[in-house]
Amino acid sequence: MVATFEPKTDYKVVGTRPIRHDGYDKVTGRAIYGGDMKLPGLIWGVMVRSPHAHATIKSIDTSAAEAMKGVFSVITGADMPKAPSKLVDLGEGNVNFKWASNKLMADTKVLYRGHPVAAVAAVDRYVAEEAARKVVVEYDVLPAITNVVDALKPDAPILLDDLVGDDLGEDVTNTNMAAHVRHEFGDVEGAMASATHTIEREYNMQMVHQGYIEPHNATALWDEEDRIKVWTSTQGSFPARTQIAGILQVDVSRVKVTPLEIGGGFGGKIPVYFEPIAALLSKKSQRPVKMVMERTAVFETTGPTPGARMIVKLGADSNGKLTAATADIWFEAGANPGAFIGPAAQCVYAPYEIPNTRIDGWDVLVNKPKVAPYRAPGSPQVAFAMESAVDELCEQAGWDSLQFRIDNASKEGTRRGDGVLFSKIGMQEVLEATKQTDHWNSPIGDAPEGKVRGRGIANGYWFNIGLKSSANLSVNSDGTVQLTEGSTDIGGSRTSMAMHVAEVLGLDAHDVRPVVGDTESVGFTDVTGGSRTTYATGYACWQAANNLVDVLKQRVAILWDVKAEDVDFKDGVFISNAESAKTISFKELAGKLEDLGGPANSTGAVDLESAGDGFGTHIADVEIDLATGKTDVIRYTAIQDVGTAIHPSYVEGQLQGGSVQGIGWALNEEYFMHEDGRMANSSFLDYRMPTSLDLPPIDTVLVEVPNPLHPYGVRGVGETPICPPIPAIANAINDATGKRLYSTPMNAGSIVESLK
Amino acid sequence: MHPFAYVAPKTVSEAVSVLAEHGDRARPLAGGTDLLVKARANVWDLDAVVDVKNIPELMSLSINGAGLSIGAGVPCCQVYEHKDIQEQYPGIIDGASIIGGIQIQSRAGLGGNLCNAAPSGDGIPALIAYSAVAKISGPNGNREVAVEDFATGPSRTVLENGELLTSIEIPKPAANSGAAYTRFIPRNEMDIAVAGVGVFVQLDSEGKKFESARIALASVGPTPILAQKAGDSLAGKPVNDESIASAASLAKDAASPITDMRGTVDQRKHLVEVLTGRMLNQAIERARG
Repeated sequence: MVATFEPKTDYKVVGTRPIRHDGYDKVTGRAIYGGDMKLPGLIWGVMVRSPHAHATIKSIDTSAAEAMKGVFSVITGADMPKAPSKLVDLGEGNVNFKWASNKLMADTKVLYRGHPVAAVAAVDRYVAEEAARKVVVEYDVLPAITNVVDALKPDAPILLDDLVGDDLGEDVTNTNMAAHVRHEFGDVEGAMASATHTIEREYNMQMVHQGYIEPHNATALWDEEDRIKVWTSTQGSFPARTQIAGILQVDVSRVKVTPLEIGGGFGGKIPVYFEPIAALLSKKSQRPVKMVMERTAVFETTGPTPGARMIVKLGADSNGKLTAATADIWFEAGANPGAFIGPAAQCVYAPYEIPNTRIDGWDVLVNKPKVAPYRAPGSPQVAFAMESAVDELCEQAGWDSLQFRIDNASKEGTRRGDGVLFSKIGMQEVLEATKQTDHWNSPIGDAPEGKVRGRGIANGYWFNIGLKSSANLSVNSDGTVQLTEGSTDIGGSRTSMAMHVAEVLGLDAHDVRPVVGDTESVGFTDVTGGSRTTYATGYACWQAANNLVDVLKQRVAILWDVKAEDVDFKDGVFISNAESAKTISFKELAGKLEDLGGPANSTGAVDLESAGDGFGTHIADVEIDLATGKTDVIRYTAIQDVGTAIHPSYVEGQLQGGSVQGIGWALNEEYFMHEDGRMANSSFLDYRMPTSLDLPPIDTVLVEVPNPLHPYGVRGVGETPICPPIPAIANAINDATGKRLYSTPMNAGSIVESLK
Repeated sequence: MHPFAYVAPKTVSEAVSVLAEHGDRARPLAGGTDLLVKARANVWDLDAVVDVKNIPELMSLSINGAGLSIGAGVPCCQVYEHKDIQEQYPGIIDGASIIGGIQIQSRAGLGGNLCNAAPSGDGIPALIAYSAVAKISGPNGNREVAVEDFATGPSRTVLENGELLTSIEIPKPAANSGAAYTRFIPRNEMDIAVAGVGVFVQLDSEGKKFESARIALASVGPTPILAQKAGDSLAGKPVNDESIASAASLAKDAASPITDMRGTVDQRKHLVEVLTGRMLNQAIERARG
């Protein structure tokens, strides 16, 4: 039985904006990130990478590198333990150890440009780099596949000879198609045939990267006891441990992962890259080995989000009600299977109630890096297709697109495209709030000469996951509380966790001191991802705090010589049920614990289903220079159902950050590929993410529909906001120029082209 | 990157002799914003880095009746913060103030921009438009080269073994003249030009007729380009939309860009035409004061 909670409003800590506990260290530069790691005897590891996107390895000669002064060890694919093909859930996406191992170090073939073929450990970085250049690799170069259409042609070169694809349950071999799934409900053909208005369009999107500032890194020590200690920047120390142990074929208890501060991840720091390699180099060198990735390798060899080809068809009746929809979705997986077609199916129709729907999704291999989660993986792509099609349908039929979205909004009981029925959700509330915003009710204003302006709106959705989290509490004698929790802090979560505890215990948020534990100091905790952290780890903290109250009631019982059941706790004060005048505050009690049974500790541990469905609507105003095609976003508002905002500043930050990443994806970001599978723009100079100068202030509206599945009503918030921006901008560009763009990026060149 | 010697000479002749000794395995270091990147990426394999910032003539900035002299090591910020340069050479300011961000501009200079010889160098078109000259010292003495002839290809220049750029000399602009530079970038700052256009115009005393003009282009050829015909076409023409459009069209013809991740041939040629028109109008406005 899943516990449900009634909404409350009389919070003391929840909903306030305390300064984050890690703020001083971050601002002063004292926080320790992976790149800061130092250990006695530390040496450096460097990868030898393939210059080709697709090739057979004929030979590798490491002798010259090994002979170099200062070199400790060299490894190749032959040194990788043979990991079995086994699928393990990492929370946001799965890992198959066989593919994960193959991705980190090539076996007989290289499958993407930059694919590691060897690794070198040496006394310092520069010696290691020189040695890496002395590793001689002979290749037979094969034609590279850079898009889903070419990958599925009958005569396409095959990436993985041993891949068995799943085509609607049938095994297929000699294929680049890892999976084809279908979800179908109602009479789609019949409903489409009888629809008054229909539209069918194809949409294409290039692969894009999360673009976190901190590159991947790992420091590993394989010690004399065969224990593997790893220090790394990761979105989950336990999932990292699972992967490292699986790839190295050792028991999880042999691996200890200590998470360091993390400079951005957005899903991309869930997979491990350097950790197992540094460990193998360490084993061979008998020294701790540190590896830090170059920016080019971050782009070329870590996990971007899939490029996509999508065909969406919609049908509506004469009253403006959606009656049927189909979506065909081809996603680029990169060089190993796993392209998030599942999440795409869950998200594509989620903002709408549509009685008859079909979704077909294909997971397709191409010679690009294996994709990784990126903020609502799969959802921004389908949002671009769906929300563009909805707008164009409204335009053709002469309907107001906001009213159409309201009239067709999903609600409690609506069936999602993959069959799940929604519980309490806030899509309608979000759309009604959108209608009330100052932005929606303000005119867009006149554009300067030579420019035009336009406004667009779009919905977005992410399902938000629950999963496992742990937290420990212990009381300090000065009345403060030590909190150890398992979620690595990527967006201020430590403070939200402390606030959960402080609310229960009647303390100030700063009286709770949160630390992120390593894998040997706190219980299992899933990734910081899936918009689950504040929900699930917060829940565990709430539980631990309530358990602590129970522990402390027993101590008060000793003090007052009463039964624990006769002690009540309210607003940070213990009260005797027997004698109402008898009270003792939490802080006072903390100072007496030494004589009342000693240390007072508690734990919380949860395994939760869902963090509550997250819906948002964004409004974008753009101004376009008709001569150059330059687009400036001049006003932007993100409206979202956030459940209860524990720390509103961080919730607003999530909405703003997601919007900004979506705006970058919409306008300029892309993997620009040469035909031979090389990425042409693997630097921040040419991979054009927006800077602060390219963005207007992002206004936010927090719609709070408390989630009954969380004690304070928390809903996942971090991922939904990257879904609406791309179609909102596409719709705004169409409003401004009268030309609709069906591919991303919608950059200056494509706008000028559309105006010809 | 492997260990290399760091040399900090105090005179041009010392610098020249170190450069001559190591050939292309030595490079001058001014701001270092290009050198460090190329050395770390192993584009350059260096045995010696010759820091020129202790050589007085490479760090001097002077403006007088004859014109403006910018030492090869002078950073952009010193140029664009100089009141007299702001007043007399607005086109130089346009370029110097958009190379990188504030931190880069505090180190990087126009001399380095010229020697780096990127087709997209934002500092170069305005220098060409102002008829600037590069002063070079080498083992065989000194020589001068027009800035439009300085770059010979991407990352290649006229500098021969042991030669060092010492300063850039820009003549005093004539009366009733104006200049301007802009580039097209997909973002608003911190970006590399898809196309760039710098122009210089000299009008008659009434501001109604072009006496002369020079138009220079960036990012649309292997080097920054002087669009000679486009500029010459304006001499003697009335200042009106027709003259400007015709020059812009000739500038477009002078562009010979490639298609890459930053833009296509068509887009870049189109941008040259658009930006030339815009810069001519801005330069005219400045010429009329």
